[in-house]
Amino acid sequence: MTFLNHLGRYLLMLKGMMAKPENGRVYWREFMHQCNDIGIGSIGIVTIISLFMGAVSALQTSYQLSSPILSKTIIAQIVRDTVILEFSPTLVCIVLAGVVGSKIASELGNMRVSEQIDALEIMGINSKTYLVLPKIVAALVTIPMLVIISMVLGIYGGRLAGTMSGILSAETYDRGLMLRFVPYNIFFAMVKTYAFAFVISSIPAYFGYYVKGGALEIGRSSTTAVVASCVTILFLDYILAAIFL
Amino acid sequence: MIAFKNIHKRFEEKVVLDGVSHVMETGKTNLIIGISGSGKTVLQKCLVGLLEPDEGEILYDGIDFRHMSMEERKLLRRDIGMLFQGSALFDSMTVQENVKFPLNMFTNDTHAQKMKRVDEVLERVNLSGSNKKYPAEISGGMKKRVGIARAIVLNPKYLFCDEPNSGLDPQTSMLIDQLIKELTTEYNITTVINTHDMNSVMEIGDNILYLVNGKMEWTGNRKEIIYSKNKSLNDFIFASEFLQDAKDLRMMEASGKISEKDLPENQK
Repeated sequence: MTFLNHLGRYLLMLKGMMAKPENGRVYWREFMHQCNDIGIGSIGIVTIISLFMGAVSALQTSYQLSSPILSKTIIAQIVRDTVILEFSPTLVCIVLAGVVGSKIASELGNMRVSEQIDALEIMGINSKTYLVLPKIVAALVTIPMLVIISMVLGIYGGRLAGTMSGILSAETYDRGLMLRFVPYNIFFAMVKTYAFAFVISSIPAYFGYYVKGGALEIGRSSTTAVVASCVTILFLDYILAAIFL
Repeated sequence: MIAFKNIHKRFEEKVVLDGVSHVMETGKTNLIIGISGSGKTVLQKCLVGLLEPDEGEILYDGIDFRHMSMEERKLLRRDIGMLFQGSALFDSMTVQENVKFPLNMFTNDTHAQKMKRVDEVLERVNLSGSNKKYPAEISGGMKKRVGIARAIVLNPKYLFCDEPNSGLDPQTSMLIDQLIKELTTEYNITTVINTHDMNSVMEIGDNILYLVNGKMEWTGNRKEIIYSKNKSLNDFIFASEFLQDAKDLRMMEASGKISEKDLPENQK
């Protein structure tokens, strides 16, 4: 199947899911369930990644910029800006593409293969609206929250590593965080995050929804979904940086 | 009543259905039989709208399904219940939640009313007491019964069953067949069953459509099948020597060459 075939079918899936829900209460429950799965279910991994990401970037910045003419506050500034601009939105979303993406693709793939999607259609339920839309909306709601948490934890991780290793004091780090802060960076990071959240949920949903075959194909589609999501995230990362920065 | 006329369906070069026409009658168990790959499942999927036929008419009580809008189709589908080959129960839901799901989606009943209906249908399929179990925790026969309960919970006018006996032992198969038959007459619904289970054909085949290579080869009921001279049908139905012997004995009995007392014990 060519790239254009996939793109066309992906767009048709997105169009198909834009329908009025049969019963708002059932859809709300499904949306909350997805928020729990995608958001709460990913807090652990996001916390670990963010703390270490901030800590390592503090140590490496200090190693590369150890000069008597440079103020130590620059370490905090660099950690802050790299975490906000790149590490939290991009790295966390790439990890989430693996964690959340593979789950979405395999869940929908299994539902397709075991005829659960056909069962929904027979009942007169728009399976795209019921299965795909809540996942995308939940991702758009929870992933930006996870990225904001990641930003805070990443910066805190840098502070922890910097002070524990004696590179700089907590006061110097905090002073550095306040210097030349550009609020636009947060806006840019959020734009990226929303774009990536859409990718993380919709691409795996596409690969899972249209899977054909059995268990082997579910595994394959899950892998393809994660790879396609990661490549799309990196591509979008470049495009958005070129447009917004 | 479901009538379909001149249904054609092909996948690329492969012709799967080639001008099939038949009428599925209300209050009867209508069987679609044929060897694997004869087009049974594709025909059933065309009838319920999971596949779009290339040509032909599908009339649900006289209304052409193919010319309905998406909204009309959605409304009609609320009158359709379907039992899938693998039951297609939602893994993440308990038995009770699976059966309650259509009620949650399409009714404004109170929780108590819904639970009453769920208990009613679960009792009807002899599954009281398994409400809190997940599909992974119950047997194949129980899954089929939950599938039937979910299919009938909204009181459908049409019931479709795809290979309801596949993977079941003969005794459980018979119970499922009897259950489908009882529900069909009890609720006066149009039941369409895909099967290649010969016991089902002989037990509940009120109206049988036999397909060969996507074409209609024979139609009739379970009594007529015994006396049919159609070679292809005979080869399919009486594939084993045991069944062929049984048929020969029945034929001899019918023609008066032997009486019932001459039949072996197991053939009476």
